[in-house]
Amino acid sequence: MPLIEIKNLHARIGEREILKGINLAIEPGTVHAVMGPNGAGKSTLSNVIAGREGYEVTEGEILFNGENIAELSPDERARAGIFLAFQYPVEIPGVTLSTFLKAALNARRKAAGEAEIAPVEFLKLMRDTARRLNLPDDLIRRPVNVGFSGGEKKRADIFQMSVLEPTLCLLDETDSGLDIDALKVVSEGVNALRSPERGFLVITHYQRLLNHIVPDVVHVFADGRIVKTGDASLAEELEANGYADYTDAA
Amino acid sequence: MAISEQTVETVADLGRYKYGFSTDIESDKAPKGLTEDTIRFISAKKNEPAWLLEWRLGAFRAWKEMPEPEWAKLDYPPIDYQDAYYYAAPRQKPKLKSLDEVDPELLRTYEKLGIPLKEQAKLAGVEGADEMASGMPGVAVDAVFDSVSVATTYKAKLREMGVLFMSISEAVQEFPDLVQKYLGSVVPPGDNFFACLNSAVFTDGSFVLVPKGLRCPMELSTYFRINEKNTGQFERTLIVAEEGSYVSYLEGCTAPQRDEHQLHAAVVELVALDDAEIKYSTVQNWYPGDESGKGGIYNFVTKRAACRGRNSKVSWTQVETGSAITWKYPSCILQGDNSQGEFYSVAITNNRQQADTGTKMIHIGKNTRSRIVSKGISAGRAEQTYRGLVRVLPRAEGARNFTQCDSLLIGDRSAAHTVPYIESRNPGAQLEHEATTSRISDDQMYYCQQRGIDPEEAVALIVNGFCRDVLQTLPMEFAVEAQKLVGISLEGSVG
Ligand SMILES: Nc1ncnc2c1ncn2[C@@H]1O[C@H](COP(=O)(O)OP(=O)(O)OP(=O)(O)O)[C@@H](O)[C@H]1O
Ligand SMILES: [Mg+2]
Repeated sequence: MPLIEIKNLHARIGEREILKGINLAIEPGTVHAVMGPNGAGKSTLSNVIAGREGYEVTEGEILFNGENIAELSPDERARAGIFLAFQYPVEIPGVTLSTFLKAALNARRKAAGEAEIAPVEFLKLMRDTARRLNLPDDLIRRPVNVGFSGGEKKRADIFQMSVLEPTLCLLDETDSGLDIDALKVVSEGVNALRSPERGFLVITHYQRLLNHIVPDVVHVFADGRIVKTGDASLAEELEANGYADYTDAA
Repeated sequence: MAISEQTVETVADLGRYKYGFSTDIESDKAPKGLTEDTIRFISAKKNEPAWLLEWRLGAFRAWKEMPEPEWAKLDYPPIDYQDAYYYAAPRQKPKLKSLDEVDPELLRTYEKLGIPLKEQAKLAGVEGADEMASGMPGVAVDAVFDSVSVATTYKAKLREMGVLFMSISEAVQEFPDLVQKYLGSVVPPGDNFFACLNSAVFTDGSFVLVPKGLRCPMELSTYFRINEKNTGQFERTLIVAEEGSYVSYLEGCTAPQRDEHQLHAAVVELVALDDAEIKYSTVQNWYPGDESGKGGIYNFVTKRAACRGRNSKVSWTQVETGSAITWKYPSCILQGDNSQGEFYSVAITNNRQQADTGTKMIHIGKNTRSRIVSKGISAGRAEQTYRGLVRVLPRAEGARNFTQCDSLLIGDRSAAHTVPYIESRNPGAQLEHEATTSRISDDQMYYCQQRGIDPEEAVALIVNGFCRDVLQTLPMEFAVEAQKLVGISLEGSVG
């Protein structure tokens, strides 16, 4: 059974249809890359999967672990194992990354009927994960994303993902704004999470990221549709030729 | 001390014969209404010296001539001051042997606030609770149950160090000269309508005196609780920090749900002498009324500190989450040279709550400094006003003030107003004012939810972050409680 299966998904914002019939299945243990021109609907797809308000699904369905998640709120979907690393992470003044993550972890535990994480265990988890991702310690003690540089925000999101260990990871342009070293570290962090039960949807504009996180499947996304699906070599072809062939087709 | 029993007997006599009305001593309550007789009754009941009765009567006569203030941005039906009781004492219960004997309602309140069991026992006046706490420096509590203190702990230990910590009624009996010296010296009886009313009818409150040079090693704490139906609450608190002393005082209030509006008009006076420091923290969580605003407490408080000595310092921290109406401006009169005043405030209004709160910093001495950090959160259809005055007098060379005033709105029917008054008569004064108004954005909510945090908890988290600068100034015991309150008081504000 696929980890997530999207069938004929249509979604609109207001009167405007953005997703025009998406079909996509991600098997556990696989990495899918999505590439496509600005405004094609890539972020919209990730937001609709995550359950963001303001989008109306007019047709089709999303099955997560075989269950239709239409009725689940964003936090329920998150607790079920869906994680979205945002294209534009949001600032939360006064709430330290560590307080925030503890709340997120404990929300999951509470939903699962487990006790809150012990302070010592939490501290160790934070410290070990930060070390693995080469994340400066002070970032954890600072308010979530406040005053973080563009790259630091992305890294902090991947840090959160590593701590929360979701089963479906949606990465929306996580590579944008990362310097060369950070790109490597973040990619390694993502690769470390690759496992037989976990699936990834990696949205990117650059082949470069896919050299580090090698995808099993590459999709070309244009005007609300997946217009082509191939293997890793498709990304190289796009890098060379751009989207012209596909945007015309769409 | 058998004062209370003795008083009860005295008053039983007085009440029945002298003043022409009979009082049900079982309920121990003055008849409804406010006349000179009511005041004589209270004063007699408390076995007060003549000067205090005269002081009260003087205040009452002044009060009758005063108009109720209307300048605050508050909307409430007129209060019928004759339709209230001005004195109610709980029946003196025998010493409790264990927590099982304590009013379960009271315990539930404590529990909700996360007060540890040991502490609960002390609060409720269980015998031996002190020993349970085994002499560790901790919290000394003077619990005001309704209008009369029913439990006082740690007193003996504090007394050994020379710290006086007792109900003001006891202080009137034991240290009348000290009370006479300081009472009304910061907030004179005729100061304002509500303070004047309080001066006439105050029933109890706390008295603290920290002697010269002593850093009081434990936090002093009063938990207030309004219990009797229709009983106005008129607490009177007086704290004096002598030269070079330090004290941290905690005040917290909770009240059970009820139907009728309740008036509360407390007065708190602080006096800091040379090099003395007082830290006064409040978590106020009185019943705010139901969603339509019905039944909440009216809270009209006068809190003022006199930084009388050189290098003295007073720091007010308040977390205001309760009450239907809050009218409160903890202030500092910075009289001593180099004295400092601070005001840290979190005010949360939800549903139909209204708050008009802020501070006054009056710079009189040279090089006086003040700092104001106010965080207002408004949800539902609540209204909130920050009203602050910074006044610098001509002699206050080198005076400095920093004011930061942030409002956070939740939903689109709540409102926040900022009214800063700045009056400087010294051109050299440095005054800084910053103000912001923001909303919890959908993006922030979504971000939290995407990490698995449900909307209610997300609001609590974001609001706690917004208030962080203020909550951090609270003593540990209170900070945790306050964080929980922030969440509880905003329940139902999203959906
Ligand atoms: N809230 C909104 N209201 C109106 N239009 C929107 C809204 N959100 C997205 N859109 C539109 O939907 C389309 C798809 O946007 P989306 O952000 O999904 O694109 P994308 O593929 O992620 O682009 P990029 O590569 O630039 O990140 C765009 O035309 C965008 O303007
Ligand atoms: Mg995008």
